[in-house]
Amino acid sequence: MAVRDLSLPDRDALRLPRLLADQLRSRPFFVIAAMVSLTFLFAAVFAPWVAPYAPDFQDSNALMAPPSAAHWCGTDSFGQDLLSRVIYGTRYVFLIGFSSVAIGAVGGLAIGLAAGLTRGAVEWGLMRFVDAILALPSLIMAIAFISILGPGVDKVIYAVGFAMIGPFARTVRADVLQVRAQAFVEAAGLMGVDRLRIIWRHILPNVIFPLAVQATIRIAEAILVSSALSFLGLGVVPPAPDWGLMISEGRAFISIVPWISGVPGAALALLLIALSIVGDGVREQFDPKMRTNR
Amino acid sequence: MTETAPIFRLLDVEKVYQIDRGGWSRLRRNPPRRLAALDGIRLMVRAGDSIALVGESGSGKSTLLRVLLGLTETSDGRALYRGDDIAVLTDEKRRSFQRDVAMIYQDARASLNPRLKALDLIGEPIRQHALCPEPELRDRVAALLARVGMPADTADRYPGQLSGGQVRRVAIARALASEPKVIVADEAVSGLDVSTQAQLLNLLRGLQHEMGLTLLFITHDLAVASYLCRRIAVMYLGRIVETGPTKEVLRHPLHPYTRALLTASPRFFEPIAETLPGEIPSPIDLPPGCRFAGRCRRQIDRSRTVASTSRRSPRRAPVAKSLASTR
Repeated sequence: MAVRDLSLPDRDALRLPRLLADQLRSRPFFVIAAMVSLTFLFAAVFAPWVAPYAPDFQDSNALMAPPSAAHWCGTDSFGQDLLSRVIYGTRYVFLIGFSSVAIGAVGGLAIGLAAGLTRGAVEWGLMRFVDAILALPSLIMAIAFISILGPGVDKVIYAVGFAMIGPFARTVRADVLQVRAQAFVEAAGLMGVDRLRIIWRHILPNVIFPLAVQATIRIAEAILVSSALSFLGLGVVPPAPDWGLMISEGRAFISIVPWISGVPGAALALLLIALSIVGDGVREQFDPKMRTNR
Repeated sequence: MTETAPIFRLLDVEKVYQIDRGGWSRLRRNPPRRLAALDGIRLMVRAGDSIALVGESGSGKSTLLRVLLGLTETSDGRALYRGDDIAVLTDEKRRSFQRDVAMIYQDARASLNPRLKALDLIGEPIRQHALCPEPELRDRVAALLARVGMPADTADRYPGQLSGGQVRRVAIARALASEPKVIVADEAVSGLDVSTQAQLLNLLRGLQHEMGLTLLFITHDLAVASYLCRRIAVMYLGRIVETGPTKEVLRHPLHPYTRALLTASPRFFEPIAETLPGEIPSPIDLPPGCRFAGRCRRQIDRSRTVASTSRRSPRRAPVAKSLASTR
């Protein structure tokens, strides 16, 4: 808590290569995981240029072919290139992951703020609603939702996003209660700053950062749930190159041609692990309680 | 008329917290225990006054400030600001109250939003009360910073980048930003190094003389009290046991508690004469009689049973309890 050194090394550390080198030395797993995640993201954005084939191109000469020079990761039962499908699949993965977390975070922020700032019946009602969401595991909740809305990418996003509102709202409310009790909020009130402004300038910024950290951690969960939905045949509709769907398609042949399920399965596992490590790293960076120097 | 109208008036203010022991005692219908944080406070603050509130931790000084600021409701008695009850000010009066009364918190760091720069922190009351157009804000903040002895580029720093003393000064700059007429400070200069403390005390004293600033200062430091404040109020267990002009109270303390406080503070090259024995007792369910009895060196039987009340001594303001006269 001492005075921060006012000389320059701090600013130097901002230069990218040095920052990278420092980070690699102090937190190698975080850097590797971040690179893996970024690679997936890159693949998603530039899929048409990166993928060797179109996702629905069927090579009738190579049905269920093992990995080869033409098809690096082999082909599935329709002769579709698995690598290309996995690359196109990252688009669904990130689309669903980001969008549903965004829905969950925004919904959770609204409900958590309202519940944290009010007393009595409103707070009670909101928190029981949150409890109701939390009572069901997110997968079960999403299944229930899909069975009402029907399948489709957008429905998956709504379903997973809705299920995420619960945990987000809880953490936001806890943060609001904590921030609201701080002296600077009281001080603002004494200076006559009106309520909305206090919420906007003093409470919200102190709640948003922990929420953002929470969101990075939850992306992995959203991806997992959405893949599980597709695997169960409830999510994305078949011709689409979705990982969960691909794993499920390869299930029948798993003992003779393991790569049909194996390739998307490995991609999913790799991405989830990487995202979890990145999420933890981000939390360490921003959580003042876990931060060591600053 | 406003010259003489008191800024604050506390009329027999009481603040009692009911302590619910919960569980079994509630089932057994035990009466809830009472914690009297403030017990019959009478205080008058006139414009231009400077009053030091001294007393040990737990004597109710902070609760008294919270009542004055309208943050805590009184259980009994009335707290008035310019003749109006602080709890129910009209919108217009509340606005002028918010502008005219500034608070400096004991924990300066906690009283500043860590995600705002000093510019926005100090600028907040200025913007709130529209004291200057936006383009001039930076100059105005710089002037305030200069007043508390900080360079202008502090404006672009976050509280996390400032040291404890610097954060204190930013907090004081913010308190001055709304051009208040009253400053209420809770240990505003304690824990600072001596030179900074002197600078801020001089600043406050200067403002007091130039602008007729009214000061209400909680402090542990009797030296600070004597430098800055013309009047002093000694608090003990929710009561003001002695008030009067600072000089006189410190030179000729009437209440044994004041005397004990004085003898317990260290002096150059002298051993501490007498430490105050024991701890401040718990304010829960106080026994009847004098509150100071348990620690008083001049304890006599009478004071155990006679409830202590403020008594006007012939020479000056109220002094609590019977002992003062039986010296």
